[in-house]
Amino acid sequence: MIGLTSYLTLAAILFAISIAGIFLNRKNIVVLLMCIELMLLAANINFIAFSHYLNDSAGQVFVFFILTVAAAEAAIGLAILVVLFRTRRTIDVEDLDALKG
Amino acid sequence: MITEMTIIDFFFFAFAGVTIAAALGVVTSKNPVHSALFLVLTFFSCSAIWLMLEAEFLAITLVLVYVGAVMVLFLFVVMMLDINVAKMREGFVSYLPIGGLFAFLMLAVMVWVVGPVGPDVMGTAALDNAVVHGPEYSNTEALGEILYTDYVLAFEIAAVILLVAIIAAISLTLRKRPKTKYQTPSKQIKVKRDDRLKIIDSDAEVLK
Repeated sequence: MIGLTSYLTLAAILFAISIAGIFLNRKNIVVLLMCIELMLLAANINFIAFSHYLNDSAGQVFVFFILTVAAAEAAIGLAILVVLFRTRRTIDVEDLDALKG
Repeated sequence: MITEMTIIDFFFFAFAGVTIAAALGVVTSKNPVHSALFLVLTFFSCSAIWLMLEAEFLAITLVLVYVGAVMVLFLFVVMMLDINVAKMREGFVSYLPIGGLFAFLMLAVMVWVVGPVGPDVMGTAALDNAVVHGPEYSNTEALGEILYTDYVLAFEIAAVILLVAIIAAISLTLRKRPKTKYQTPSKQIKVKRDDRLKIIDSDAEVLK
């Protein structure tokens, strides 16, 4: 019988996969952004699972706001990526060292 | 011991399996286009899981907003950029042990805290106040009722965040090309006949 723990475990697995993805694809900014989207999805699954099992709709409102912020983040991140590619002709993270960080 | 599997359990494990397999596809694909398409599959199966949790409005929002808008934007950008896939894959294998180790450690800790094994410190195993609603229940209506009353300020801030994102994205990517020719409608409207047309008297014989 599935319960709250099943959903939380699924979210934990998704989160761990996206952590591994950030390690593995640390050169490609596009895939890094996709991994961040996966992480937000894992957080959203937690919110919705708790919202259902606590019978409290507030969790779903939070997911609504997370979706809003994630959409804004993706739009601005991809816009920065496009401008970056126009000026540097690369999206390799290791080439982006203009700030000498 | 084999417990009897209900239809709900079957759907949960089916969609959870698809979600995890697609998420693995996102992080291991060679081609970023394939990653984006795997992410679409992840969102789809996740929205099915949200449907099982009676979050119908958010499940549809996930498909419409994410698959319909954000992922299309991702695909556009991936196809616009000229990515050297082979160079991007450098170091994939060498980072596999450390990345896998970190992911496994995080997963172990999280499952230990909330999952079916471990001490169950959060008490999640016994937590079940879930109410199974009938077909007359509207999730959208319930969400709208608290969204436009208790959370109306946050809702308006979210609208402002989206506006800021629109302005930022447009102003970042907008560029004026110096050689582009374009019309100025206001100047076109303001033109009078005398600016364009000059009537001169001339002798017909001179032109002959």
